[in-house]
Amino acid sequence: MKKLLFWVSAIFLFISAGFTAEPKVESLLGAGATFPYPLYSKMFEEYYNFTKMKVNYQAIGSGGGIQQLVSKTVDFGGTDAPMNANEKKAAKAEVIHIPTCLGAVVLTYNLPGDPQINFSPEIISEIFLGTITKWNDPKIAEANKGVMLPDTQITVVHRSDGSGTTFTFTDYLSTVSPEWKSKVGTGKSLNWPVGIGGKGNPGVTAYIKQLPGAIGYVEQAYAVQNKMPMGKIKNKAGNFISADLKSVMNAANVEIPANAQVSIVDTSAPDGYPICTFTWIILYKEQAYGGRPQNRSKEVVKLIWWMIHEGQQYNEPLFYGRLPEKVVKLDEDLLDSVVYNGSKINK
Amino acid sequence: MARKSTSKTFSTENGVGTRSHPMLLFLNRTFTSTVLFCVIIVCLLLLAIFISLFISAQPSLQKFGFLFFGATIWDPLNGQFGALPFALGTLLTSIISLIVCIPFSLSVALILGEYFPSGPIATVLNSAMELLAGIPSIIYGMWGLFALVPIVRGFEVTIKVLPLGVGIFAAALLLSIMIIPFAASISREVIGMVPNDLKEAAYSLGATRYEVIKKVVIPYAGSGIIAGILLSFGRALGETMAVTMVIGNSYFMPTNIFGPGHTIASIIANEFTEATDPVYVSSLIEMGLVLFIITIIFGIAGRYIITKTSVKD
Repeated sequence: MKKLLFWVSAIFLFISAGFTAEPKVESLLGAGATFPYPLYSKMFEEYYNFTKMKVNYQAIGSGGGIQQLVSKTVDFGGTDAPMNANEKKAAKAEVIHIPTCLGAVVLTYNLPGDPQINFSPEIISEIFLGTITKWNDPKIAEANKGVMLPDTQITVVHRSDGSGTTFTFTDYLSTVSPEWKSKVGTGKSLNWPVGIGGKGNPGVTAYIKQLPGAIGYVEQAYAVQNKMPMGKIKNKAGNFISADLKSVMNAANVEIPANAQVSIVDTSAPDGYPICTFTWIILYKEQAYGGRPQNRSKEVVKLIWWMIHEGQQYNEPLFYGRLPEKVVKLDEDLLDSVVYNGSKINK
Repeated sequence: MARKSTSKTFSTENGVGTRSHPMLLFLNRTFTSTVLFCVIIVCLLLLAIFISLFISAQPSLQKFGFLFFGATIWDPLNGQFGALPFALGTLLTSIISLIVCIPFSLSVALILGEYFPSGPIATVLNSAMELLAGIPSIIYGMWGLFALVPIVRGFEVTIKVLPLGVGIFAAALLLSIMIIPFAASISREVIGMVPNDLKEAAYSLGATRYEVIKKVVIPYAGSGIIAGILLSFGRALGETMAVTMVIGNSYFMPTNIFGPGHTIASIIANEFTEATDPVYVSSLIEMGLVLFIITIIFGIAGRYIITKTSVKD
């Protein structure tokens, strides 16, 4: 009897909550990129501890995140690549991009003794174009004096699933190699000239670990957690840089446009790692759409504000680059520009 | 099929009518109409899936037409899509896996249906088959990636082909392990249904067990065995996760069975989440349509073979 009473009252409460004039915001909805998912779930867990606001983030991929935002089923999206022209057209209204953290893509390989290999942009693009086919190629040898390079066939391993990691990596290749840009291009999945595809970071890693002479790219966080060898990459200033939290953060120390929709691969920062990217939270600039209540938009802005300030302390323990001061300032301006019916939300 | 069963139920309805109990009559009618309703829903669902795939594939169908089936380039960036490498990969992996699977599944079925229909061996073998059938495909995929692929690679080193390990051959081997329990369970059932009179007659004429199996059991149960194999073929065609993990996912036309390849199911699983361009999405859906059609063709061919090979008594 008691149990029944409890359920009846619970259902009654549930229904009545739906009828109040300005409903209290119970939870926020987000969807998108899988790459920042470990960080976001940590951030949202902490945010719940502080504010008792639930945030439900579905890691369905950047493309899905953009689609869900445009179809207005989520409060915010997550993406590893800024929206392209077609996607912006489909969105109809202006969508604000807010960088939340930095990620890097590293080159990992299977060579006897796990030496640290130096890669120049030229070497990387020629390996992935299939013109360098052996590890003891003179070009690799010249950049790696003193390293014993075996006479092994290079097997390229790429991601088989559409992914922001692939986008960042091919964005880098297109930036440093005109040949790559014209022959292959930049995208989340593409027609690779050579190699085999593994599904997800684990798939790529498994292929590389099993194939002597294999080379592939994975997210830095994944490579660190799995203790995989990582190559040093020559940046624009000519320094060989290995990916670590500092060199990744340094990569963002460049001129960044006010809308923050920028690729930072091949950074000009002398101590920056060259294959880095921002990952963005996206939301509509005009929050009064589809009958959204005002307090909902307030909560979204409050959440993102927290993510770019207090939330940043969780980046580095999870191997994501922290936003430099300059970018946080930029994010603040961007968030300030979000409006509800034309009037500022963040006062 | 459907019509036959309805006429049967109607005749029992008449039988009930003579007893003329209104409640029984009502129950009988409701039961019949419920059953009919469910059957129609299932058939409509099949049609609905086909139609919705066909409609969603329109942008791609209009852009590429029949070229889609013959084109060998898959380039999402430049909007060029062709199904051939994937259809070929699907057929290659499925057919090789079927060939590998037949001797094993047939042996299991013979042991269970003919040699040890009951007893401890049957219990152990039966539960082993049930377990094999019940393992989720992602676990097969992981096992394939970490255990089977190195073995295949070792084999490729000995026969001196490019030793990748992953590829069409590894995928086919993994698939064959996955479909053995399906093929075996149906074959076992039909082998168990071979009338004892026939077998005993053969034995009384002095036939050995091998001769009984060859001349009585296999001919009598042949159509059922083929049906079981075809059912497992359908599973092999559509298997996704396990194949994706070991096939090497390369867009190129497969040049030999040890090279990397791709299947229709695996490309859909790999690329659907991040496909945003309408032509890209509809091309992936059209791939689904291609798989649907391949499955139908093999289903019809299977029915034809079964009717041709079944023993008329």
